[in-house]
Amino acid sequence: MARLSDLTERDRAHLLRLREQAPRFEQTPWVSGGLLSQRRIAIVTTAALHQRNDSAFDSGAGATDYRVLPDATPAAELVMSHLSVNFDRTGFQQDLNVVFPIDRLHELAADAVIGSTAAFHYSFMGAPWPPTRFEARARELAALLHADGVDGVMLTPV
Amino acid sequence: MSAVGHYLEEEGIATTGISLVREHSEAMRPPRALWVPFMLGRPLGAPNAPQFQRRVLLAALRLLEAPAGPVLQDFTEEAPPFAQSEANLLACPVSFDRPLQAGESAPALTLSTSPTAGNGWSVRAFLAEVAQLRTWHDEHRRRHGRTTVGISGLEIGDASALLASVLDPDAFAARAAQPGFALQLKRVCDDLRAFYEEALAAQPGDASPASLRRRFWSQTAGGAAFLGMQKLCLGSGDPALEHFGKLTLVPHIALQDIAGLD
Repeated sequence: MARLSDLTERDRAHLLRLREQAPRFEQTPWVSGGLLSQRRIAIVTTAALHQRNDSAFDSGAGATDYRVLPDATPAAELVMSHLSVNFDRTGFQQDLNVVFPIDRLHELAADAVIGSTAAFHYSFMGAPWPPTRFEARARELAALLHADGVDGVMLTPV
Repeated sequence: MSAVGHYLEEEGIATTGISLVREHSEAMRPPRALWVPFMLGRPLGAPNAPQFQRRVLLAALRLLEAPAGPVLQDFTEEAPPFAQSEANLLACPVSFDRPLQAGESAPALTLSTSPTAGNGWSVRAFLAEVAQLRTWHDEHRRRHGRTTVGISGLEIGDASALLASVLDPDAFAARAAQPGFALQLKRVCDDLRAFYEEALAAQPGDASPASLRRRFWSQTAGGAAFLGMQKLCLGSGDPALEHFGKLTLVPHIALQDIAGLD
């Protein structure tokens, strides 16, 4: 369904424009590591999720800020304030895991498929352009992930 | 998403991720990405499909064990089909607050009649519709244990009253110049749309994304109110409101659906 041919002409043209404008990195960094069963995994989503009592995302100076999602946050406490309306939200309304697979991650930890889940997960809003605007906040986030012992991040878009 | 992964990896954190738009991942070359053939907004494929979600998640996580990269792998399994109940798919989702009186025209629940008049049947129908849908929304909360309504900070009755109060052009113009009005309107509309989608999905019948979208935009007074608000925003002369009306109120695919109805 996310094949470009399945989208409206306007959405397709928009995404192709973004592809042309997307930054090209000269090199792809690469961090090797151990087995999945020994890794501590955090989820970082760009779905603009946050706790109900946290600030909603907006397009101002703080558009590239992230929100902290403690691992034990109940699903009922998470809402989405993404600015874009051009993606389906009805799946998220029925099941948080279709966007933020936290229950699935806990199940993988319980089954010892992964080592453990992080104490904290994080959310950005994937709207700001170009995405190089996220650099400062992403590097800041890396320090928090290291401090939590995370050695594997699962990135989920929306 | 790819850029965030790039910077995290540069800082020594191994990353993997889901790619919804393969062309973007090809261009930005993140360290590890699993392209999935799912609709935008559903990176794990389908709601309430834990085994399927687990397969997607695990396929992406397994890329952390790849010996070298960048890796862009395809997940070729399609998402499970949308569940449909066997209820009457032709049932109208809207209950009217009272029968039509002699000489009174039908309420503006279709796109062929403008909802923008602030003092007519449309606004009254919109408020009555929100009240009527509360039972269905309560059913959604009971069924799922949660609601995604809540970013405006307003109770849904207050949110609908706020939107109704500015559907009148004069009232809209009076509020348009107030700082932060466009953002408040955006959050109110996002909450109202979530309320409608959750309520409509709780009713018997087809709850697929396409069905919910068409029902909201073409069969409810709420959808008509949104389109009326879009017209007001586009003609406001205020950059923030024009941006809201043009880009973040009505989905492109809904506009395409509506054009197809004309």
